[in-house]
Amino acid sequence: MLAKRIIPCLDVRDGKVVKGVNFQGIKEVGDPVECAYEYNLQGADEIVFYDITASHEGRGVMLDVVRNTAKKVFVPLTVGGGIKTVDDIRETLRAGADKVSVNSQAVQNPALIKEGADIFGSQCICVGIDAKKVSDGKWTVYINGGRIDMKLDLIDWVKQIEQLGAGEICLNSIDTDGVREGFDIPMLDAVCKAVKIPVIASGGAGKLGDFADAFLKTDCSAALAASLFHFKELTVEQVKDDCRAKGIRIR
Amino acid sequence: MIAVIDYGAGNIFSVKNALDHLGYENILTKSETDIRNADAVILPGVGAFPWAMKMLSESGLVDTIKTEAKKKPFLGICLGMQLLFDKSFEFEECAGLGLISGYVDKINEPDLVIPHMGWNKLEINHDCPLFNGLSEDEYVYFVHSYKAFCDDENLYAYCEYGHKVPALVSDGKTVFGAQFHPEKSGKTGLKILENFVMLSGEGK
Repeated sequence: MLAKRIIPCLDVRDGKVVKGVNFQGIKEVGDPVECAYEYNLQGADEIVFYDITASHEGRGVMLDVVRNTAKKVFVPLTVGGGIKTVDDIRETLRAGADKVSVNSQAVQNPALIKEGADIFGSQCICVGIDAKKVSDGKWTVYINGGRIDMKLDLIDWVKQIEQLGAGEICLNSIDTDGVREGFDIPMLDAVCKAVKIPVIASGGAGKLGDFADAFLKTDCSAALAASLFHFKELTVEQVKDDCRAKGIRIR
Repeated sequence: MIAVIDYGAGNIFSVKNALDHLGYENILTKSETDIRNADAVILPGVGAFPWAMKMLSESGLVDTIKTEAKKKPFLGICLGMQLLFDKSFEFEECAGLGLISGYVDKINEPDLVIPHMGWNKLEINHDCPLFNGLSEDEYVYFVHSYKAFCDDENLYAYCEYGHKVPALVSDGKTVFGAQFHPEKSGKTGLKILENFVMLSGEGK
């Protein structure tokens, strides 16, 4: 059977890895190609670049980052952020990405998921979701970095995504993101039970045991974290050792 | 020189990147001469079987591939591995290169997610030079919805996904096929690629 994946995520702006610090602003923390290479050495199963660049020029810079990373990192690469059209998907894959992740654009234009999957294959299309709890067992989907509530029921949305041909879901909980007390297990569990496609847990990892916890309590296929790995509080290797020790199948 | 056959399929740059990284001279090509002169040949591929066979025949490469694959190390990757077989049932019955006997059909596992995508453990069935230096606990990266059906003698490694999924096949001589992507399988994949290139005597 497949191994559970540990995925470090790098937020990239204008060709630099950046990290929001306590909502006070954004600081540059390094070169994305070097960071990706370091994660690769630590045993990352996949690497995600999340492009937070607003400008058109920035897109080109991001593609260069992907091209340069693909020359020295030999694990799957996913690129999210700013992907609006089939042409954006095509040029991102051509630069060396194995998958793209679409988020707000998929909510506003669900046809993008189907078109992308039809042309490039389901395996290339990951749909990123930001969701927040309304009441027990009920969540809604947000867009624009968690700023706008689309009043769209999370479970309805993930089923629709699967129907449209998405290959994977990256589920970020607005409630647990940044809180560092573990992934949002109830939300994750509900989504894993609603679809058959792989679900990546995102948002909330704060300590070693949080990853194994997500794998033991839900059927998620992968767990993603950014700051924890950026700030070297934990290495990918430590997380994998912990999961392995708890009997989870890990590469 | 390693010839990487470029017939318009998918992400061939990652194969080139991996060979560059290992320090092996290589060329992306659809020229018969390059394939004939190469020390080893790689046939990558992402996409649909009938389409890929059509592209190969339109490039006029089918006969060259069939001849050269028996003379020098030849590695098909992913769809390139599936093309090595007699035929496939992807969309329609379509003849393949016939270098290894067997056929390709849908992975039929109603309870499992298709495509089979992710890191799965390589289970060795017969030893082969491509496994030199590997441990017993190696994972490689797969992305596919169809799989090969072949004789045990050609099945060198498999992985478990419901039933057995052929991972590495060979004619026992010069022809090899990897269902996984060695160019995306980290250190393990690079080692397998290196072992393959070594077969051609094209060492560093």
